[in-house]
Parts: sequence; structure tokens; C-alpha cells
Amino acid sequence: MSSNNTILYLDAVSVSFDGFRAINDLSLVLDKGEMRAIIGPNGAGKTTMMDLITGKTRPDKGEIFFDGEHGLTRYDEADIANLGIGRKFQKPTVFESHTVEDNIALSLKGPRNILRTVFDRSSAEESTRIDEILATIRLEERRNELACNLSHGQKQWLEIGMLLAQEPKLLLVDEPVAGMTDAETEETVRLLRDIATRHSVIIVEHDMHFVRELGVKVTCLHEGSVLSEGSIDHVSQDPRVIEVYLGR
Amino acid sequence: MIFSRLFSGGLDRRVLLLLILLVAAAIAVPVLNLAVPPSSSFHMPPHAVALLGKYLCYAMLALSLDLVWGYCGILSLGHGAFFAIGGYAMGMYLMRQIGSRGVYGHPVLPDFMVFLNWKELPWYWYGFDQFWFVALMVMLAPGLLAFAFGWLAFRSRVTGVYLSIITQAMTYALLLAFFRNDMGFGGNNGLTDFKDILGFSLQAPATRAALFSTSALMLALAVVATARLVSSKYGKLMVAVRDAESRTRFLGWRPENIKLLAFTISAVMAGIAGALYVPQVGIINPSEFAPANSIEVVIWTAVGGRGTIVGPVIGAIAVNWGKSWFTAALPEVWLFALGGLFIAVTLLMPKGIVGVWEQWRSSLKARRRVAPVPPAEPPAVSPSGPAAAPVTGPALAARPQPAE
Amino acid sequence: MILRALCLILLPLLLVAGTARAQDPSLAEIAAKFATAEKFDQTEALVRELGATGDPAVRPLLEALGEGRLQARKSDGAVYIVEGSGKNAKLLDPLTGEEVPDASASGLKKVKVNNGLRRVIRDTLSSLTLGAKNPQARLSAASNMLANPDPAMVEALDAAIAAEEDPAVKQRMQEARAAAVLQSDLPDAEKIAAVEVLGSVGDRNVLSLLAAVEAKSEGDLRRAAERASNNIRSVLAAWDAAQNIWFGISLGSVLLLAAIGLAITFGVMGVINMAHGEMVMLGAYTTFVVQGAVQSIAPNLQDWSLAFALPIAFVVAGAVGIAIERGIIRFLYGRPLETLLATWGVSLVLQQAVRTIFGPTNREVANPSWMSASFEIGQMAITWNRLWIVVFSLAVFALLLFIFNRTSWGLHMRAVTQNRRMAASMGIRTPWVDAFTFGLGSGVAGIAGVALSQIGNVSPNLGQGYIIDSFMVVVFGGVGNLWGTLLGAFSLGIANKFLEPYAGAVLGKIVVLVLIILFIQKRPRGLFALKGRAVEA
Repeated sequence: MSSNNTILYLDAVSVSFDGFRAINDLSLVLDKGEMRAIIGPNGAGKTTMMDLITGKTRPDKGEIFFDGEHGLTRYDEADIANLGIGRKFQKPTVFESHTVEDNIALSLKGPRNILRTVFDRSSAEESTRIDEILATIRLEERRNELACNLSHGQKQWLEIGMLLAQEPKLLLVDEPVAGMTDAETEETVRLLRDIATRHSVIIVEHDMHFVRELGVKVTCLHEGSVLSEGSIDHVSQDPRVIEVYLGR
Repeated sequence: MIFSRLFSGGLDRRVLLLLILLVAAAIAVPVLNLAVPPSSSFHMPPHAVALLGKYLCYAMLALSLDLVWGYCGILSLGHGAFFAIGGYAMGMYLMRQIGSRGVYGHPVLPDFMVFLNWKELPWYWYGFDQFWFVALMVMLAPGLLAFAFGWLAFRSRVTGVYLSIITQAMTYALLLAFFRNDMGFGGNNGLTDFKDILGFSLQAPATRAALFSTSALMLALAVVATARLVSSKYGKLMVAVRDAESRTRFLGWRPENIKLLAFTISAVMAGIAGALYVPQVGIINPSEFAPANSIEVVIWTAVGGRGTIVGPVIGAIAVNWGKSWFTAALPEVWLFALGGLFIAVTLLMPKGIVGVWEQWRSSLKARRRVAPVPPAEPPAVSPSGPAAAPVTGPALAARPQPAE
Repeated sequence: MILRALCLILLPLLLVAGTARAQDPSLAEIAAKFATAEKFDQTEALVRELGATGDPAVRPLLEALGEGRLQARKSDGAVYIVEGSGKNAKLLDPLTGEEVPDASASGLKKVKVNNGLRRVIRDTLSSLTLGAKNPQARLSAASNMLANPDPAMVEALDAAIAAEEDPAVKQRMQEARAAAVLQSDLPDAEKIAAVEVLGSVGDRNVLSLLAAVEAKSEGDLRRAAERASNNIRSVLAAWDAAQNIWFGISLGSVLLLAAIGLAITFGVMGVINMAHGEMVMLGAYTTFVVQGAVQSIAPNLQDWSLAFALPIAFVVAGAVGIAIERGIIRFLYGRPLETLLATWGVSLVLQQAVRTIFGPTNREVANPSWMSASFEIGQMAITWNRLWIVVFSLAVFALLLFIFNRTSWGLHMRAVTQNRRMAASMGIRTPWVDAFTFGLGSGVAGIAGVALSQIGNVSPNLGQGYIIDSFMVVVFGGVGNLWGTLLGAFSLGIANKFLEPYAGAVLGKIVVLVLIILFIQKRPRGLFALKGRAVEA
């Protein structure tokens, strides 16, 4: 049902809350190494789709396959994260009372056995990895600062850095540039492009300018299912998309 | 030397100071009590030794609560239950030690069982005549209860005030249960009239002094263990769960397991505190399970400063010292004072004494940096400084509460 | 002079009364024989003779005899009922009950009775009431005879049954007769018929009666008795269940009253108010104070003091609630755990304040007359105060439901519950909504206190007893849903009362607590939880 080249496959997934159909017969295929932008008006089901993929919400119907074989609906959030799906929240969520470095250290890929962490010592290998990531997200200077002292944009990057430390196969990024300055947005685009060379990425975004800048395949959701899919030009000229979303 | 090896990570100077004080007390108090003659003004009367020992047990209980609340964000309103269970385990040992010296002179059965016309020892009293077994049960019984409770609660993601309320319900249910005579724990009266521990008379001053020293050293050990724990990677995970549980989860950690471990360790620590407490006060009864007691522990921790190692110790000793003083001098005022303390601490100094101290120090430092020769008026800043904190201060920005 | 004139006027009246009685000479004749009765069995025969006349006029005589107030003089056969004692003693005619003006008390002796005789007198009296005019009196006489069956009454009952027209009374009389038959020496066939009749009565007395028959008899009668008592046992079990449900509903209504204010503050504001129980306590003390004030100002309005107490308690508790919200809680929004601690502090202060003002002991709040006593439905006893509290709690619930769903204030509250920030940007003044919601929740707790003062002691610790239970109700029912609270309160109440007979009160409560703890694990957000994204935000 899914080729070797597919990283994520949503097969006719539906979920409803108290009678409200948040996701309605949604199907979606994402190739390995692909970066996809998801757009859609409020309530189109973008965040719910993320919840479904990461195991926060379970579908009423349908199945989600990851990396060819794993039926994700059997797993919970932690399992799915360990299978290789990273998720960035809409609101930047980092460990505010830890230093930037510790934030990354806690995210590093590795065994997630709790008892072991009691006696765990950090290794040299880990610290080089942390250095690399801090360089990627350009926060080397601030490695010993508490995360609560970072600016909004820096927190966003730190969160992306934490996802990178996780070394996921697929990254889900929810509105990464909301509330950012132009310079920060540009920096974020650079960062995401860089990430997309090594990972599959799904980006949920409102900002059409940003989506255009990313220059990737776009899926437009409406009322819980796919309305239109294709290049940004194709989607933005689709009359149905114009009607529900872009038009006015 | 030993300390510096213990703290290879380079720990807090305050923790080090606390450890030195505790060890010093463990040595000095018995000396002042036993070696100094009663006529001397340096002599420490036996009741003061008992009182101090009690405070240290409370401090350990507060520290255990701090581990889950301050570091892991779980506000347990039922920690008194673990303390009481540890206490009951020790009480059962002490009851068995009475042997045939009870009022009814039964060689095996404690007095209250003879009184209730029981013919033989219930199975769960077996083994409690062996100290090693008791030492194990003091940790195992509260630990297992906490593990079972936490396993259910954390796995189904009961958080925030819901969790607080069900911990309160837990201790309330235990309170009701232990009040029942047929539970086999002495019902309303609990366990008392102890004679000796490990063969030493509990009435002897030397035994009492030794109990005090044991409490001080055990507290020191608990402080070391807690400090080690919170500075480990696991400790960082606890704080991570406290600050952003879902982030931790989406990074692939299991917050339920992190919490469960913290809750269990904390319950074991509370149980040990209870076991040390009982021989020093000479009684354990169901009122230790009262929900009000457990909430009081929370305020000790809050007063001292949660999320710190020394805070709960300072808070427990300070509040209980205040309680002893008030209940002797102005008994009517005590509940007003305690109630006021709850309100004042949450509103005005959410980071407790330690937080106020830190703020005062940093503002002092900042002033020194600005003006190399500062005018000597430091006390003036401390009341107004923390007062403004809950509304605007940066102190809180570092500690977001998960929305409930 | 005046006195003599009065006597002259009254004399004809007395004569008329005398002649009226004279029409029935036999009663007076029998009564006179008490003067000569020497032994108890002679007296007993006379009592039976009087009873056999079936004339209600003999009641006062028999009652006086039973109470030892009947005195007689052997010399002239005079028999009087003596009322009062010593110099003030009055001599009354035993049949008319009127004072005999110039009767001499000398030589009067008490007609002696013993316990056996007293029983005969009582039975005779009740068989007399079988002929009473008031059907209620006849019914209670028959019930009395059912409870204390006496084989000697079979005939009297037969006569009464024949004359009876009220079907309910007749039924009861037949049951009483059956009970009497079982105690008699009548043939088994008669007894079997009696057993059949009794089989349809679900009564513990009858059950023990039948058990006695079962033990003594053999053959058909024994089998019939067995069948009938099994029948009764199942009827009784049904009544027991009904009684338990009633107790459960009653407890549920108390829980509902205590919890519903909490449901509002917790549901709308996400605030755990540990001082909620103290609001209940304040309401109860307000009732105490109001009752005292009414007593001293307008004692004849005593029965209405609760009506005065209700609004005052609402205002007192509501005002304290608003003060707490404005003074403390508003600084702690978004920090539920801190709110919990601060309000716990408030509860300690309030408790101690009340203890200082009113003293640490329990205060008694009187029940108004319309709330005391009880009535029975079948085998179920229902006390009026419990019934009123059930009605009251439902009324409060309905009122709150109305406020929530039909008023603009309710709309504002619901808006704030669902999305505080959005509500604020829609122009709703969320601080005001918070303050008044908290006031409303506390005020409702206050009027709950008025109701609870009617069924328990009023003490400074009153609130403490309710706080954990109230939280359990709210959490169990689901936060932010009044219907959930209603269902939660009644299901917890009924569960508690059903477990009690099996596990005992304390263990039952423990079991319920444990079940709730387990339930919360299963459904962390209660029975009626809001679902979807908004909740976990």
C-alpha cells in the first residue's frame, strides 16, 4: 500500500469531537526527504492532523503508516517520537528553567530509559553533537543562558534545535514564523531549508509569503480533508481554494 | 574532603553549609544533652532534644514533598500518608518489642489486640519483630503504595489540581481505614506505650540523643541523595516535565515514568522520616493521615522555598518552631497565623525564604555594580522587592504553570 | 351571691345532661359494679362487659382505669374519675366526664389494676376505636391490633369488618384479624387462610409472627407460612432497597448542595476553592444568628426564620466570596495549585474566626415545625427535613441552570469558561464575571449551609466534612457541567448508602473514595467531560 519511497501515509482518516468532524476522510502521502507545506483556513484540521500523526489524538477511522510499516495508531506520543517523528508546537515550547545546552542535551537521540538517567554522565560524543546543533541554530553564544531569557524567535530556533537533536525522520512544524520579525523569518527559512536536505518535513503555515519562499509542494486542507494539492501556483489558482481561503 | 568528592558536580554552597550544620548538630546536641551537667546554661534539656528531633523528621518530610512538588510539579496533598505509613511500620516494631511487658502481659499480642479479644497475630504483623524487616518495610510499604497510586494516576495523565485532590482523597481514605479497630492497627488510639528500640530503653536520655543524631544524619543523607538526584540528568527531566510536560513527551520521554519514579522515591523518603519520628514522639495514630496535616507540609515547603534543597528544611523548622511557640503562648492565634502564612506565601513570596534571600542578594549585587560604594540600607529592599514579584517580577517567568 | 345565681342558671343544664345519660342505664350499672369488684378477674370481666357494649362513651372510664385514676366507694357504689390530686382534686362522672359538683371524696379507694389487666384495657380500647366515627382512628386501631395480635379480639374484629365501609380500613382489619387468628386455637384451615391474608403484608412484625407459626406448626400450615414469609421477605427487601435509595437521594441532595457552588467556581474559573466548605459553615452560622434574632424580635415568626436566613446567608457568604476573589484569588489566576493553597489558608482563618466568635462547641439550630417529624410510605420512614432538603437542592439546581442557560450573565460565564481570552476580546469584563461568579458560587454554598444546619450540628468544622466529598462530586461529574454535578451527587449518594449495609459506613465510604480514584484514572475529566482541542490547550 505504500512504496519504499513513502515516509508518511494517511489512509482515509476521520476523527470527530462531540459530533464535530475535525478530520474527514483525509488521505495524504509524503515522500521521503520531501518538504510539504500545509495551508488552510482556521478549523481546517491542520493541528488536529498533527495530533493524529503524533498520537495525541486517535482517529475514529482510518490508519496512518509511517516509514513503510508502522501503523501509528497503535502507539502513543512517546513511542511515535522514538520511531522518528519530531513535533514543534505552534507556541514555542522549551524547558524555560534549563539552559540552552541542557535543552538540547535532554533532546538528544538515545535510550529513553528513565532509571538510567539517574546515573547518566554526559559523554564527549554528546557534547560535540550539542555543539553542532547549537551552531546550526546559531545559539552557541547563549548556550549557558536559561531558555526563559531567550527572545521569541530564539525560542523557536531552540525548539527546532531540540527536534534536530532527536534526529527524527519526519519533522512536523506548526507555524514556525508566527510572531517573528522579517529578519527572523528569513533566518528560519534558511534553517528549515537546511533541515529539509536531511529530513522529511511537514510545515503548517498561514503566512503565504513564507510558503511561497519555501518553494515546496502545498496541500490545502478544508473542513478536515484535502481541498487541493500541488505547487504553490497551482494551489493558489485553484478556484475552490480561492473561495474558501485566499479569495477575499 | 569527603563532601567535595560527593559533589563532583560542584554543588551549591548552601547545601554544603546545611550538611555541615546537620553533622555538627548530630554531634553537638548529644554532647550538650548528656555530657554538659544540667546546672550549666549550655545544657540541653531532654524535651528540647526530642523537639529538635521532631523538627528534623518534619524537615525530611518537607524535603520529600519538595522533590515531587518543587522539582516535578506534582502537588501531593497526601504525603502525610506515606509519612504515617512509615511511622506505623516502625510503631509495629516497637509494639512487638514490648513483648510481655504490656498491661495484659500477653507474650506476642499487643495490648489493643488482647483488648479486642483477638486470639492470634494477623498475618501482616508477622516479621515486625525483626528490625531488618522493619527497616525494609519502612521503605517498601510507602514506596509500593506510591508506586501503585502513581502508576494508575500518571499513566492516565491525571495532572494538576485533579491529582492534588485525589492524593488528598487517598490520605482521607487511609485516615478512615486506620480509624477502624478491625484494621489491626490500634484504631483510634494508634500504637503507643513503646518500651525500647533495638534493646535500648526509649526513656533513656542516651537513646533519645542517639535517635536525634540518627535523624540528623539521615536528613543529611536525604539532602545528599536529593541533591545528587536533582543535579543528574534525571533531575533535569523532572524539571522538564514540570515546565513543559508535553514537550518532554514529544521528545520521546515518558513523563508518567519520570513522575512515577520521583513519586516513589519521595514516598520512601517520607516513610523513613515517619519511622524516625515515631520513636521520638512515642506514638503514632490515625490523625497523622488527616488531610490537614499533609497540606501543612506543603506550606513548610513553600515557606522555605520549593525547588531548592535547603528551602524545605528551613521552612519545616521555621514553621514548626513558630507552631510550638504559638500553641504555647497564644493558642488561639496559631490558626490565624498559619492561615495567613498560606495566603502570604502564595501571594507575596512564591519562592519562599530562599527565593527572597536570593533576590535580595542579587539586587544587592546589582546595586554594588552600579554604585561601587553602596549606602548601607539593604533591609529596605527586601520587603518591597518580593512583594512585587508575583505580579510583574521575572521570578515567575521561569516557572510557567501548565494551563489547567 | 353571684355564685349561687350561677348555680341556679347551670342547674337545668346539668339536669338535661343527666337525663341524656339516663337513657342508657346499663352502662351506669356496669360502672357501679367496679365499686364491688374485689379481685382482678372480676374487674377484668367488667372491662370486657363494657367493651362488649361497643359504646364509645366508656372510653374515659377505661382510660382512667388503666391510668389508675378510677376510684370507687364500696358503701354507696359511687365511681368517679379523679383528676388532679390533694385539695385541687376534682371528681368526674366516669361516663360523662363532667365534674360532679358536691361529691364527697371520703372513703374513695382506687380500683386496682395490674399489668395483665392493663393489657386487656388497652385491647378493649382499641376494639372500641374500631367503631369510632373517624376512619383514621379506626385504621390506627386496626394497625395497633395488627402489631399486637390478641386471639380474644377475633370476634370484635369480625363485627367491625362486617360494619366497615372504608376499603383500606377493612383491609387492615382483615389483616389484624388474620394476625389474631394465628395466635388463637382455631383450626389449621382457618389459620392457612389467615397466613394467605398476611402474606401480602410486607411488615417485619408479621414476618416474625409467621416465623413463629412456621416453627410451631406442621404440614400445609407450615408450608403456607413458609411461602408467605418468603413473600414478605422479598417485599421487605424491595422496601429496603427503596429506603436505601431514599437515603442515597437524601445524601445526594446534601452533596449536591455542597458541591454545586464548587462546580460553578471550579468549572468557570478553574479555581479550586478550599474555603468552599467554610462558606457552607458561614451559611449555617448565619442561620443560627438569624434564628436567635428572630426569637428575640418576633418570636411568632420563628417558623419563618429559615426564609429570612436564606437571603442573608447568600449575601454573607457571597460577600465573603467576592472579598476572597478580589483580595487573593485574582492575583493567582493561571496558578491553580497556588490558589488551592491560598484558599486553604483562608479556610483556616475563617474557621478560627468563627471559633473565636461563637466558641468551639456545637451550636443548635432548631427545626421549624413544618420540617420536624416524619411520615411513612409503606415500610419507609421519610423525615420532613430530609424531604425538604431534597426539594430545596433541586430548586437551587433548577435556578442555577436557569441562570446559566437563560440569562446574559450565564452566557458571559459560559463564554469565559470556554475561552477566556476570546470572551475578553468580545468585550466581556472577565474580572467582573470572575468576581460575581465566585460570589454566586460562595452564596450558593451559604444557602447550602442554611439547609445543612437543619440536619446536623453547626460547628466551626462543619465545612471540613464536606470539602472532599464535594470535590469528588465535581470531579466525578465532570467539570463545567451542572448536569454532571447533579448526576455525580446522586450517584455518589446512592452508591454510598448501598454499600453501607454490606461494608459498614466507614468502609463503604472508603470503597467509594477508592472507586472514584480509579474512575478518575479511567476518565480523568469526569463523566461529562468537554472534549476536543480547547480543553488541553
